[in-house]
Amino acid sequence: ICRLKVIWDLIGNKSFCSYKVKTKTQQFCRNEYNITGLCNRSSCPLANSQYATVREEKGLCYLYMKVIERAAFPARMWEKVKLDRNYAKALEQIDENLIYWPRFIRHKCKQRLTKITQYLIRIRKLTLKRQRKLVPLSRKVERREKRREEKALIAAQLENAIEKELLDRLKQGTYGDIYNFPIHAFDKAMEKQEEETESEEEEEEDEEESGTREFVAEDEFEESDLSDFEDMNNLKGSSDEEEDAEDQSSEEEETEEELEEEKTKAKSKGKTPLKGPIRKKRAYVEIEYEQETEPAQKSKAT
Amino acid sequence: NATTSESVSKKKGKTKKVKRKVKHDEAPVQEMEQAEGEETEKKSESGPCFPPTFSVSEIKNKQRRHSMFLKLKEEKRKQKLELKKKKKKERKALGDKAPPKEVPKTIENQRIYDETTVNPEDEEVAFDEGTDEFSAYFNRLTNPKVLITTSDRPRGRTVRFCEQLATVIPHAHVYYRRGLALKRVIPQCVSRGFTYLMVINEDRKVPNGLVLCHLPDGPTAHFKVSNVRLRKEMKRRGKDPTEHVPEVILNNFTTRLGHSIGRMFAALFPHDPQFVGRQVATFHNQRDFIFFRFHRYIFKNEKKVGIQELGPRFTLKLRSLQKGTFDSKFGEYEWVHKRHEMDSSRRKFHL
Repeated sequence: ICRLKVIWDLIGNKSFCSYKVKTKTQQFCRNEYNITGLCNRSSCPLANSQYATVREEKGLCYLYMKVIERAAFPARMWEKVKLDRNYAKALEQIDENLIYWPRFIRHKCKQRLTKITQYLIRIRKLTLKRQRKLVPLSRKVERREKRREEKALIAAQLENAIEKELLDRLKQGTYGDIYNFPIHAFDKAMEKQEEETESEEEEEEDEEESGTREFVAEDEFEESDLSDFEDMNNLKGSSDEEEDAEDQSSEEEETEEELEEEKTKAKSKGKTPLKGPIRKKRAYVEIEYEQETEPAQKSKAT
Repeated sequence: NATTSESVSKKKGKTKKVKRKVKHDEAPVQEMEQAEGEETEKKSESGPCFPPTFSVSEIKNKQRRHSMFLKLKEEKRKQKLELKKKKKKERKALGDKAPPKEVPKTIENQRIYDETTVNPEDEEVAFDEGTDEFSAYFNRLTNPKVLITTSDRPRGRTVRFCEQLATVIPHAHVYYRRGLALKRVIPQCVSRGFTYLMVINEDRKVPNGLVLCHLPDGPTAHFKVSNVRLRKEMKRRGKDPTEHVPEVILNNFTTRLGHSIGRMFAALFPHDPQFVGRQVATFHNQRDFIFFRFHRYIFKNEKKVGIQELGPRFTLKLRSLQKGTFDSKFGEYEWVHKRHEMDSSRRKFHL
């Protein structure tokens, strides 16, 4: 008579039941026939002799019922009734089958049926939409790929490759005349030619110098400079003033020479370097010569 | 125990070169105790230059073992250096008769020759390329127009990535995907004159896939995207890219498959790059990884160019190439990456 109570004392409330799942706040029942899913005295299919559930199989809902008369025959214990696909009709069927059953079970069965139909509808809707395919990633493969990518990145030397490609394109002329560098390229070509001719000229000059003598004005020497010196001498009489003038003139000469050199050098940079051989003759030593000799001449003049 | 080991190490510090700081405040008692142990150990351990008759791993004391190992390493390094110097001298001495310098083996050197490698003068390839789906672009009949979208519910990173891609690729439009099926999107795109559909797939808040579909029924390529760096994460980057049409650099696409992928990338950008903008987009293929970079360049002189990276960077790895427009179920796949067949050799690459 108190068999169920005994069962409940053994498995329910604070005892061990293999279907029981305990969490911090609640206890759940994993029994497939449980109607609410919680572990309660009224929801336990083992501790209730009269019990009913609604379960779903392949989109169809079935009503399972258990009565005390069949408690001795576990193979036939649960009576399975197929419910109608129509929700309203299924509810009526439940009412019809569970007439005179406790309110709690009837109510919970209908609730469960509702939930099941709702999720079946949602499944059908989702299958029509696009479904996200989950592709499993193999960790080993991912790690391997990552490492290979790093190595490939190092081997690629991207910046160098890009720079090389851009320079190649510049050389090929895909950029047209946007950049001024083509002149330099031309210059280089010219310089190469000039070097060839220079080497030839040098040989010729060496042959000339080995014997003949000539009295030639030096490269930087200009007649205008000479006249300047004479004017300076006439203007100032005292030696100190002369010296100052000489210094000034020498300074001026220096600056003039520097300017000249700079000008010629600049010219050679920009355009054709025709002054190659002449540049060779001009050495800094010559400048010093001029300065030393001039004061001597001037002192002689005065 | 710690102090005893220190005292031992102090003793050791005297036998070899300066590796440990010598500690002077030691208890004399400890030193006496260790002296006996030291003797026996000194016998077993030979001087630094004498080749030892035991292996380094037999010494139980970790510090000592470590120091012996370091010494061994140093010796080996010295020997290697000496060998190198000797070889160099020999080379110099021989002068012209010296044997040619050996080229080190790299993966690119050792790559298994792919029979589909394109020969520049190949007529068949040229003919194919004249009549394939991109011929319309390369014959200047169409101008590229790109639609960029994502998978469902994109997160911030993906959205920003899409926006930055749209600045990099001219004539690109970003559209929000509202759960639309691609098969329905494609005919609409075609009717509006788009030439490319780019779908960026997202996983765990990070873009990880790219589907590039050439629209008037062109091939569809599916890539795995990795190492996405957005603009604000780039170091020493320049200002934002301008609206000028960038140049395109495609490096190392050697095989037939590589060629078709390269043409796919080339057809994303309009034909005539505006050199005024001085921007260049690079797709560099190395060992089947395609690295995308976006730079601004400036020529300092005819031998030097400076590049500054702007714009996003990412790497792609081709997963499949399908013949028609996007159709995963019934499409005809021209190439699919099959891991067990294709990843078995480390020297075989397909692009």
